[in-house]
Amino acid sequence: MLASLKGMWVTLANAFKKPVTAQYPKEHLPVQTRYMGFPVLTWDYDVQEPFCTGCMVCVRNCPTSCMSAQMMDNPLFKDGKSKRRKIIESFEINFGRCILCGICVDVCNFDAIEMSHQHELSVVVRNGNRADLPRLLEMGKAYQAEVEWTPKTKEEAKQEATA
Amino acid sequence: MAIDKQLDTLEVMLNMGPQHPATHGVFRMVLSIDGERIVDVEPHIGYLHRGSEKLCEHEQYSQIITLFDRLDYIANFNNELVVCMAAEKLMGTEVPERAQYIRTILCELNRIASHMLFYGTFALDAGAMTPSMYAFRERERIQQIFEATSGARMMHNYFRIGGVKQDVPEDFSQRVAASLGPIKETIEEADNLVTFNEIFLARSRDVGTIDGKTAVALGLTGPNLRASGVDYDVRRVQPYLVYDRLDFNVPLGDRGDCWDRFWLRIREMDESVKIVEQCLAQMETGPIMAPMRRISRPPKGEVYVHAENPRGDLGVYLVSNGGDRPYRLKIRPPSFCNLMSLKHMMRDAYVADAIMVLGSIDIVLGEVDR
Repeated sequence: MLASLKGMWVTLANAFKKPVTAQYPKEHLPVQTRYMGFPVLTWDYDVQEPFCTGCMVCVRNCPTSCMSAQMMDNPLFKDGKSKRRKIIESFEINFGRCILCGICVDVCNFDAIEMSHQHELSVVVRNGNRADLPRLLEMGKAYQAEVEWTPKTKEEAKQEATA
Repeated sequence: MAIDKQLDTLEVMLNMGPQHPATHGVFRMVLSIDGERIVDVEPHIGYLHRGSEKLCEHEQYSQIITLFDRLDYIANFNNELVVCMAAEKLMGTEVPERAQYIRTILCELNRIASHMLFYGTFALDAGAMTPSMYAFRERERIQQIFEATSGARMMHNYFRIGGVKQDVPEDFSQRVAASLGPIKETIEEADNLVTFNEIFLARSRDVGTIDGKTAVALGLTGPNLRASGVDYDVRRVQPYLVYDRLDFNVPLGDRGDCWDRFWLRIREMDESVKIVEQCLAQMETGPIMAPMRRISRPPKGEVYVHAENPRGDLGVYLVSNGGDRPYRLKIRPPSFCNLMSLKHMMRDAYVADAIMVLGSIDIVLGEVDR
């Protein structure tokens, strides 16, 4: 009997607590800074071109083979505007296959791919989750603006300079 | 013509699952019942089979960690740990202190999260709706810490061979410490609400009993084994990570019934909270990753590593031929082995208790079928 009353007391005490439920489609909880959403390609604003050179290291290391890439000669390099000899021609990530593991970001040598905060990508068209280069860069720009992104190699150089 | 043969009674076959919410996944049981009494039970597994072991042979070591995330999808960190430890043991890598403490904290938090989910779902199996809400609320706290640390709520891919992916956020210690208080409160609530509730006691006491000797013979591990009074905890017997420096108790049951299995997990949460507190106090700054080559190539050889998961003793047998992919990787999932005791526990129980017994074993089908 006493135990039942104790249980009732727990429920009663909880009834006056503030609800923690967020009514999802209407209400969005903020994601954490490190949140790994879908991978996107970053944009180099200094040179006005993508960071990605199409080196294929992410494609090779992807556990689910969800992406494909194609490199080309960089026209800006010929003009002397960019230091990148090669640049990405086409890039596709199949978000339906992506498992958000972050391995591509780990292996990238050029800070060209980042895990964005984008995680709501339900579509109503077939293959709508296959993102091509323009869309990935668009998502990347949005992410860069959101978190005031700086390339990791630059950051490390800055840290070394201060240390 | 007179019928001189006497009419026999037949056992009724009752199919349960695979799409039954109380089977905690896609699990099918065929019960043979005599009235309300279960005579025999035939478990059918394999609905979630993904061929993880075979897939491991075609993936690099860094990619295998993602597969282990998906075995026991309620205790991801504990799974990642075992495969990392296996490769590290084969390569003879010394993991830095800080990484070991980070791993211990995350694994113990994951144990709390897993047991918290068990508390909710088991009460739900017993017919109580409310505890599952409270349990999920508390689990969410831990999940948020995980998200802040690893970037993902469930499929973290955070442990690396030789350490962890990146250092924990700056406010990690404060956040963990702040969440331990509410967790302790919830454990107390669980005791008040469910554990010592007479209705729950009547429902789970002496149901699905298994004695220690049989439990050992059937290969039970983890809380299920300890509920039968067998003092076996890998953290104690073969300490890994930093468990040999930590002070914690291993709770033991005596009757080995559903209530013991429930009570024991609640007590384990207490111990995990204690472990996390000690780790936070002992943790020092330092490197989080041993110097490693980019692609791990363990030398030729074989190794067996096991660790105490929330569900039991997860073992990994790794055979390497010196390449960047394992030659063979055998997984010994605790849930699968614990499921062996189902027949024994369910015999002579009532149909209404079938769900209770299954729930008390706390299986995760991702791990059973793997």
